[in-house]
Amino acid sequence: MMRNSSSFTAQTLHILARNRLAVIGGLLVLCVFIAAVFAPLIAPVDPSRINIKDILTGPSMRHPLGTDELGRDVLSRMIYGSRVSLEVGFVAVGIATFIGVLLGAIAGYYGGYADSAIMRSVDIMLSVPTIFLVLAVIAILEPSILNIMIVIGLTSWMEPARLIRAEFISLKEREFVVAARAIGASDGRIIFRHLLPNGLAPILVSATMGVGGAILVESALSFLGLGVQPPTPSWGSLLSSGKDNIEIAWWLSAFPGLAILVTVLGYNLLGEGIRDALDPRERE
Amino acid sequence: MLFYSIKRTLLMIPILLGITVLSFGVMHLAPGGPAEAQMEFSAKASAEARERLRKLYGADQPVYKQYLTWLGKFVTLDFGEAFADGRKVKDKILERLPITLTINFLSLGLVLLIAIPIGILSAMHQNSLLDRFTTVFVFVGYSTPHFWLALLLIYLLGVQWGMLPISGKESLDTSGFTAWQWFLDRGEHLVLPVLVSAVGGLAGFSRYMRNSMLEVMRQDYIRTARAKGLSERAVVYKHALRNALMPVITILGLSLPGIIGGSVIMETVFGIDGMGRLMYQAVFSRDYNVAMGVLVPAAALTMLGNFLADIGYALADPRVRLR
Repeated sequence: MMRNSSSFTAQTLHILARNRLAVIGGLLVLCVFIAAVFAPLIAPVDPSRINIKDILTGPSMRHPLGTDELGRDVLSRMIYGSRVSLEVGFVAVGIATFIGVLLGAIAGYYGGYADSAIMRSVDIMLSVPTIFLVLAVIAILEPSILNIMIVIGLTSWMEPARLIRAEFISLKEREFVVAARAIGASDGRIIFRHLLPNGLAPILVSATMGVGGAILVESALSFLGLGVQPPTPSWGSLLSSGKDNIEIAWWLSAFPGLAILVTVLGYNLLGEGIRDALDPRERE
Repeated sequence: MLFYSIKRTLLMIPILLGITVLSFGVMHLAPGGPAEAQMEFSAKASAEARERLRKLYGADQPVYKQYLTWLGKFVTLDFGEAFADGRKVKDKILERLPITLTINFLSLGLVLLIAIPIGILSAMHQNSLLDRFTTVFVFVGYSTPHFWLALLLIYLLGVQWGMLPISGKESLDTSGFTAWQWFLDRGEHLVLPVLVSAVGGLAGFSRYMRNSMLEVMRQDYIRTARAKGLSERAVVYKHALRNALMPVITILGLSLPGIIGGSVIMETVFGIDGMGRLMYQAVFSRDYNVAMGVLVPAAALTMLGNFLADIGYALADPRVRLR
């Protein structure tokens, strides 16, 4: 499997390309990516241009998705809002994966007391409702994009930790690891050169779905007014003004939520597709 | 088995301590304490008055001493008083608990009632129309921001069609109501919160049930059951279902923290004063006793749920005990 890894990757991509749902997921993810990167080119107007004459107008030719309580164009704000979602999604998952892989690797490779201590910490973290930790930390640090990313990252490393630990425990008894140890490879070399590359597959799945999860958490926090602060547009804060105007402006609630749904759906479909593609039972 | 149970029970002690340390630590990391939070709006409050308040709350002590004092009271189930109004935390919790429990029990009941049959059916008829529909529903259900769904339903059912009330747990004036009217009124207010809370669980549980069922149907003992000529009905409902339900029950225990997290947002959207809002307000006003009073029992229950699930597993599967 490791001897010709390029053909392994190629085979995985081939299986992935045949999975219709995964391809749809990938396309959704790609669309949001393009919207975020090229926001200034795509957005019809400046997302923060206030227009007193157009307050809370419904979808029209000028404003395809209507305007908000300050007369700002909802479509443009949503396109810029995709930047926040992606930033938070990727950075938060990056932090969570880094911590999770590090702790999971130590627990799985060394076992013993290190393993017990790390796994009990996982149990503790899983017992305390995440939202509490997030709220408490936000109460301390003041809401901002950076803090949101850090908090989500610090509260979602448990799954990658468990996955990597399980992989390491089963991999470390395998012949290629025993052989590496026999020729005198250091712990660090065994962990980083031999175990990690072979144990990363499940992490890829959890990270892909994790991006979707982080986007959901960010939107919920911004919805509560604890996330991204105005005037930066984000999908969650758009929904928050949607809630305040629910009786007169349905478009302010409907479209940003749809954007969240479609984006998160994309990551979940893609993640599930990768899981299937990596599953040895699916391979001929 | 006895040894395993004792080992698992003893393991709960450090976890529970860890939960209290983590919660207490996070709450006390913040620079401002309850005295500062209360005085924020009265700049004229003298340093002396501030000091008096700090002393009253015990905030002049080092954090570890505050923790030990709190822990000492907590083990005797004394949750202390709320800083905000001086009332007993236990009373405040008991006042808010019923509405949150009602919503979550009803939605959990709804979830199990729908998700388990759907999971079984889609596993039995893999790749059928129902199975495909369920798969799509599961993905969409997982990916939907629930507060958004709540907003949509509030708009459609509440504002547009005027079928249901859009916020609160009861009408403003319930004084002249008979018991039946009160019951109907309460029911009307709970329809949307219960429905919305159920969607996420519905997606998750039907998926787990389906996968668990598929896994079990591949086992040798199912082949044995079929080989000895049992009807398909008996194979599915007697042999497969019981085994397939096990992992699903475990998920119940693990879903508790999510329920509490969900309550914070649901109660905000629907304007219901339950446990979620209580915790939310407590965290922001640094009302340590209230926050800890909500949090630690909830976390302990989650841990207990996991413990019972583990013991259940060990009873059913002897291999677990030997590990």
